[in-house]
Amino acid sequence: MQKYSIFSLIKNAFSNHEKWDLAWKDPSPKKEYDVVIIGGGGHGLATAYYLAKEHKITKVAIIEKGWIGGGNIGRNTTIIRSNFMYDDNARFNEFGMNLWRNMSQELNFNVMFSPRGIINLAHSDAQMNAYARRGNSMRLNGIDAVLLNREEVKKIIPMADFSDDVRYPIFGGLAQPSAGTARHDAVAWGYARQADSMGVDIIQNCEVTGFDVSGGKIQGVRTSRGDIKTKKIGLCVAGSTNVLAEKLNITLPIETHLLQACVSEPVKPVLDGVVTFGAGHFYISQSDKGEMVMGGDLDGYNSYAQKGNLPTIQHVLTGGIALFPFLSRLKMLRTWGGIMDMSMDGSPIIDKTHIDGLYLNCGWCYGGFKSVPSSGWTFAHTIAQDRVHELNEGFSLNRFSKGYLLDEKGLGTKTWIS
Amino acid sequence: MLSIKCPFCGYRSQKEFAYGGDGTVKRPELNQEISDDKWNEFVYLRKSPRGKHVELWHHVAGCRQWFKVQRDTVTHEIFQTAKMNEEIK
Repeated sequence: MQKYSIFSLIKNAFSNHEKWDLAWKDPSPKKEYDVVIIGGGGHGLATAYYLAKEHKITKVAIIEKGWIGGGNIGRNTTIIRSNFMYDDNARFNEFGMNLWRNMSQELNFNVMFSPRGIINLAHSDAQMNAYARRGNSMRLNGIDAVLLNREEVKKIIPMADFSDDVRYPIFGGLAQPSAGTARHDAVAWGYARQADSMGVDIIQNCEVTGFDVSGGKIQGVRTSRGDIKTKKIGLCVAGSTNVLAEKLNITLPIETHLLQACVSEPVKPVLDGVVTFGAGHFYISQSDKGEMVMGGDLDGYNSYAQKGNLPTIQHVLTGGIALFPFLSRLKMLRTWGGIMDMSMDGSPIIDKTHIDGLYLNCGWCYGGFKSVPSSGWTFAHTIAQDRVHELNEGFSLNRFSKGYLLDEKGLGTKTWIS
Repeated sequence: MLSIKCPFCGYRSQKEFAYGGDGTVKRPELNQEISDDKWNEFVYLRKSPRGKHVELWHHVAGCRQWFKVQRDTVTHEIFQTAKMNEEIK
């Protein structure tokens, strides 16, 4: 594999950049693999990469229905954070933060990880108390958390509405200074390129049509490009989890919902980090190009549409304008949607299943992007060793029937309101 | 925006309604022994099909009645709505 550096850039400039190696090959599926990963998104690509790198398993195929980077890895709002209260979520995502910090060097691909910080705003005394508690929990897990008062928040985001007559005045907020954003496409491409160089086959335009299960064991997978024999399958298909589970006769604690995001026209730098509104569901950051990147509520009913409905965007931006009045003067450049595997407690599932050789990675709700490295790392461990790692012990499939929920927001099972 | 036909009020804008989730989930019988599996199934497990989905909606800014809707989860086409004591055919 060609190493990307200033020298290779200069060298290729002399040939008009026409002689770069392909970042990854486009192989046809072989008859048999040790492990087949279904889903060539962030989680699937990271899983294959760590299978090859950490566990030396390289007879691996990634099967992708569409193209690499075409799903939620290219549709998210690129927020990376580990500001969780519960131990399982906090440790898992803080482990991921360390992988994020080294990712560009490790993948030899600039993922533009930019730790500019996140602030969750509070709009009441009760919310301040809740954030103080969450901040303390985070610090016990070694995560940086800073409780900010109104004046401290005002220094960081002076353009927010700090006037006296607002419906939801800003009381303060909880900041995680080490949180940030990254370039999401580069994450997919970086993992794909490295996995490919270690021998992983990335097979695009290949849809799974069925599974070959006998005697309670995985024997293979049937695809639109032929049958593939394998003993181990890792499912990383986010919003299509329910569809493939149905083919396996499994019912999961997952519902599929639509989440929209939007960006405005680009403006000069105005917002440094990520800010979330505490009185509604709205989050915002500014991209390197200057666009305001925004998102919020789900569309609110089960959906596989991958495109959204206008009332939700209006509702989300109403919250946005309440927080940052200047947004009302911006034009929206584009909106888009992606389908989310909403779990019943808002936390993911990375686990084995009752079918021998079938491994499950789902339930990321709308927070899957930040967990790409930690999910890939732990899922690769779970598949390679046939047992969960202590980092993903809490993300078990049977926690629902056992009552060990990880309901970070305390919202219960109504996935569409989370 | 969806246009939903409330069985009591007729077609109204989506804004008048609240979603109530999968309409096929049935609570285990009252006053009977319920196994953990049955309870798990009722509280947590959902098929969430791609295609036709029977779900509950609440006409919360209207007649305040709950009712059933059969909708396509890809195209959002609504095939049928019915009162709670009626079946979706």
